Amino acid sequence: MATPNHEPQGKWGMVIDQDLCTGCQACVTACAMENNISFVGEEDAGYGRNMQWIRIERFWTGAFPGVSTNFQPMLCQQCGKAPCEPVCPVFASVHSDAEQLNVQVYNRCVGTRYCANNCPYQVREFNWRDYPRPEPLNNQLNPDVTVRRRGIMEKCTFCIQRIRRGEEQANAEGRAVMDGEVVPACAQACPANAIVFGRLDDPESHVAQLAASQRGYKMLEDLDTLPRVTYLKGGSSHGSNG
Amino acid sequence: MAVTAKSLPLTDAEPSEREDPGEHLMLDPRPRGEMNAMVMESMQTTSRGFWGLTLILGLVVAICLFVAWGYLIAEGLGVSGANRPSYWELFLVNTVYWIGIAHAGTFVSALLRVLKVEFRRPFTRAAELMTAFALINVGLSVFMHLGRVWLAYWLIPYPNERGLWPNFHSPLSWDFLAISTYLVASTLYLILPLIPDLAMARDRSTGWRKIFYRILAVGFRGTEAEWTHLKAAMNIFAFTVLPIMFIVSTIVSWDFAMATSRPGWTSSIFGPYFVVGAVHCGVAAVVMVLYIIRKTMKNMKYFIRLEHFDALGKLMLVISILWAYFFFNDYMVSWYGGDTVSKILQKFLEQGPVFWVFFTVLICNALVPWLTLWNKKVRRTPGAMFVIGMLINVGMWFERFMIIPLSLTINHMPFTWRIYVPKIEIPLTIGTFALFFLLYMIASRLIPLIPVWEVQEGQMAHSLRKVGKATVISTTEIE
Repeated sequence: MATPNHEPQGKWGMVIDQDLCTGCQACVTACAMENNISFVGEEDAGYGRNMQWIRIERFWTGAFPGVSTNFQPMLCQQCGKAPCEPVCPVFASVHSDAEQLNVQVYNRCVGTRYCANNCPYQVREFNWRDYPRPEPLNNQLNPDVTVRRRGIMEKCTFCIQRIRRGEEQANAEGRAVMDGEVVPACAQACPANAIVFGRLDDPESHVAQLAASQRGYKMLEDLDTLPRVTYLKGGSSHGSNG
Repeated sequence: MAVTAKSLPLTDAEPSEREDPGEHLMLDPRPRGEMNAMVMESMQTTSRGFWGLTLILGLVVAICLFVAWGYLIAEGLGVSGANRPSYWELFLVNTVYWIGIAHAGTFVSALLRVLKVEFRRPFTRAAELMTAFALINVGLSVFMHLGRVWLAYWLIPYPNERGLWPNFHSPLSWDFLAISTYLVASTLYLILPLIPDLAMARDRSTGWRKIFYRILAVGFRGTEAEWTHLKAAMNIFAFTVLPIMFIVSTIVSWDFAMATSRPGWTSSIFGPYFVVGAVHCGVAAVVMVLYIIRKTMKNMKYFIRLEHFDALGKLMLVISILWAYFFFNDYMVSWYGGDTVSKILQKFLEQGPVFWVFFTVLICNALVPWLTLWNKKVRRTPGAMFVIGMLINVGMWFERFMIIPLSLTINHMPFTWRIYVPKIEIPLTIGTFALFFLLYMIASRLIPLIPVWEVQEGQMAHSLRKVGKATVISTTEIE
């Protein structure tokens, strides 16, 4: 509505370097383990119901033999002006003032799926069924994260449980959260260090400095959603045209 | 008492063009007692075929609606065909479609009543019943769509200990309020003009029917005071329900138009476009129902005449042209707007794997009515009007199919583009249609489908007068 077009003080942010991403899917696996994401099975996954809070989009450019591959890790952009938030009729998709994240209240969700339709990044995942957790996967559930049931929407939280733990630790020790102290599962698992996470409001932090890079761009910037994730251009585009 | 007169093409026209005044229901009066008896007889006559069809529809409703829905609730929406990116599926197509059918009653009855259009008199009730039953299907379809339907009451603004309210920013909250308001208003608007007819039925029936009508007629005796109050109430509701009708369809369109990031949906023309679309299929559905009533129920050929099909046919033609105008306006946004994704979407709709949907929509909603309804002979052939009405309904259903799951296929993230294939939505769709017909069949034998008092009132108000050499129909305003 009539919100002024300036960026609110976003605390947490991410930078993804597409030059470094190899498309190995380690982040996808780590995210599923950390966040108790269901495994939907081959059939449902083939029908576009694969549940991944982060997915690697693979694009081929050019024709053989001059073909090149581009990887675009896609996750919730934690928009400052999120299209998913105003459309939820029951306030299940809300903005957290403390962390400046889009949070999903699982208990409140009634499953209208309006938020998923309205998300331009298509990163919201719906629990189409109660998916079974075969042995021994049922033994590795993360106790810090809610297990979701059928009929509700879920999405990337920037590993908010790790953010909270880091903040509590720092509070207990009477200091501020240090740069690099909070690392989400995807960034932790990335072998190429293509994902960097940290506080955007701290100009000294690694993520803030990377986000200011000339290669940086925001996904679908023209929609004015104010994403918290900055992508660093990869491939031949770097250096030649921008 | 105002008197208006319009000349009949009786004298000046060619002999073949001349109209027989007896062809008009309003100029072909019958005694009150006889007409009441005709309506009572039509209500109490049931054939073996009627009961057979009722049984079949009952079975279809039981299996396709209740069993299938139970399975859907127990298993989750995985048994439907929805996926990423088509998170919305046939249930919402049906929702919007049934809202369109629900516009039939209000448009045909309230608007024509407010505008004092005389040909409306015999079929207002039939149209209002459609509104009520279609709105039941709207509610059912919305509930089918919800992921956790057992929590649907969270959409109601009710006080609770956690201080949680629905989000009034969300078009779905507006929807919920608009549709429930419409349901209440249109049900009251159905009941009010029904009271005198129920009283008539009460006085002419015995046994359980007598008890049934006595309760429903709320002690109406037909005194002058009762009529004055009833007329005032009907007038108020006719004027109230009309804006609600426009609001409901507009708000339903905002579910799509307010989704600011979706190609194909972000269109400011959607409000009037949906209203016209809803009226388009609603009026066409009225024609279909009138044809079936006329064909299957006793004595209905007296009440529902060729002149009514003729008049509704003209209405359909005008609405069809209006619909095409809005369709073109909406098309312009994608075609001329210059947005890349919208252009890809348009190309997908026209040349993609389901291109036939786009052309079915255009042929059924515009081409068929334009090619046929200009012709008076076609308009006066009830069978042809039934087929045209059905084609318009098919076209409008596919229009919603095109707007919802097909438009959802294309978005800003090409990696997620995927075709939607309906699964359990199909039996559930059949189930809602069967429920509509079942309810209508039962209602047709329980309440007078013809508003007898309105027809009688109209016949009293109409008369043929000689003015010089010409014969004119004159209408007296009774109020």
